[in-house]
Amino acid sequence: MPLRWTVNEFRGTPLRESDIPEGRVLSVRWDPNARYAWDAGIAIGRFLQGLKEGRILGVHCPSCRRTVVPPRIVCENCFRPLTQWVPLQDTGTVQTVSVCYVNWDASRRREPEFPAVIALDGASPGCGILHILGEVTPQTVRVGLRVRALWKPPQERTGAITDICYFRPL
Amino acid sequence: MMRRVAIVGIGFTPFRPLSPEVSYRELVYESAQRAYHDAGINPREDVDSFITVAEDYEEGTAIFDEYTPDQLGAALRPVHTITADGLYAISAGYMLIQTGQCEVVVVEGHSKASNVLTPSYISALALDPIYNRPLRFHPACLAGMEMARFLVETGTVREQCLRVAVKNRRNALLNPLAPYGADLTLEEALASPPAFAPLSEVEMSRSADGAIVVVLASEEATRRLKGHPVWIRGVGWCSDSPTLETREWGEAVYAHLSARMAYRLAGIRNPAREVHLAEIDDTYAYKELMHMEALGLCRRGEAGRLVEEGATERDGLLPVNVSGGSLGMGHLGEATGLARLAEAVMHLRGDAERRQVKGAQTALVQSWRGVPSSSGAVVVLGV
Ligand SMILES: [Zn+2]
Repeated sequence: MPLRWTVNEFRGTPLRESDIPEGRVLSVRWDPNARYAWDAGIAIGRFLQGLKEGRILGVHCPSCRRTVVPPRIVCENCFRPLTQWVPLQDTGTVQTVSVCYVNWDASRRREPEFPAVIALDGASPGCGILHILGEVTPQTVRVGLRVRALWKPPQERTGAITDICYFRPL
Repeated sequence: MMRRVAIVGIGFTPFRPLSPEVSYRELVYESAQRAYHDAGINPREDVDSFITVAEDYEEGTAIFDEYTPDQLGAALRPVHTITADGLYAISAGYMLIQTGQCEVVVVEGHSKASNVLTPSYISALALDPIYNRPLRFHPACLAGMEMARFLVETGTVREQCLRVAVKNRRNALLNPLAPYGADLTLEEALASPPAFAPLSEVEMSRSADGAIVVVLASEEATRRLKGHPVWIRGVGWCSDSPTLETREWGEAVYAHLSARMAYRLAGIRNPAREVHLAEIDDTYAYKELMHMEALGLCRRGEAGRLVEEGATERDGLLPVNVSGGSLGMGHLGEATGLARLAEAVMHLRGDAERRQVKGAQTALVQSWRGVPSSSGAVVVLGV
């Protein structure tokens, strides 16, 4: 049985790109109005207050002996309440990092961003804070890099994760 | 032979219009601790699976189910989230135990409704985006339309609906968990301004924050746990067609069919006689009446008269929403069914204090998923 034949005309409705903006193909647009104000609560509320004061606070679990950041009300390993607050250093070691060349709208970045997890000094090994690295290049950035937080000036801090501008090499 | 499944632990926070001092995680943790203490279990060792209910748009976080394990003690454990009312999770947990895969299952639901700044706009996102939403009417109009049709079809009058609001707000005065208790009179209710007429403001539940955690166990597991098992005798759930243009506006077919499924499992033939206590959806006052009829607690067109006669009061023949319902406790989003289940469990244990329905041995719990939905679930409990 021959499986090829000559097509003189494609049937159906041909679709051009211009048919969509020009309204020949119908669709309906909607921009959701979804706004929220999340209560930070006890653990994260105190963490944010610490950032405003230029301090990174962690919590210690006496049961599994981990000191973790960001703080939480309960240890996810032990299901014990966490009430021992520990001030941590604002220095640490890059645990992992990505060199990011793409924006939210899929456009390319000429200057890449460096989101990283930084294992903070004073927290348990491997327990870190997610932030952005600065003053690094794709050539100089690496896992294991020692870094320190660059804080916003006190009067500009609002009690937010962005009170730290970024972490930069020591 | 089907395995029997029991509720062996409940935990909850009080329900409140606002809860600015705690995060949703902390609300859930508080409830979880209470539930585990109630059941005498350690979640890190004794639970085979966890089920949560949550709706991403209500939380403001996509893939919200990723955020549910830690505060429940469920990290590195089997967990899944259902985008539906908590009674669906109870049904899922019941089935997990029925299959023999699990002995102990935990169910969680919570509400942080106060954190949603644009609730009507979120609710509007539930409407069909192409042929309903562009008309831009408030989504609660659908409740007004449903009520209008219900009144016409059944001969129920508006005053009977207002009596539901009066009863439930007054019931809430005895419920320490309920924020909307009020010594409301029928005259005051009659003066309530119209909102989505025939629906008036006083007939609409307001939202609340809170969390509920429930521990389910197989019959075998209940023998090694402390406490007082309340048995799940039947579960049912049902979705009607979502099409607003062709749906049944005057009756709750989804409730009728989910109840039929649950009654069959529970062996209930005459719910009006066999159910001692009903905690059923009253997101809007008329819904309680519509649901009573759909659930077979009375004949069609009779619910309004029963409320008028006081039959659904706490000391009546068929107490309905002794908790205060959503009108009195606040609407808790997808956690609503679990709050009502917890109330029913307290009555069946004889723990409901001043609200206690004497001699309650069988309870009916029902949920509806709010406008524009025509779906919901039913759980029958017994001791
Ligand atoms: Zn721990």
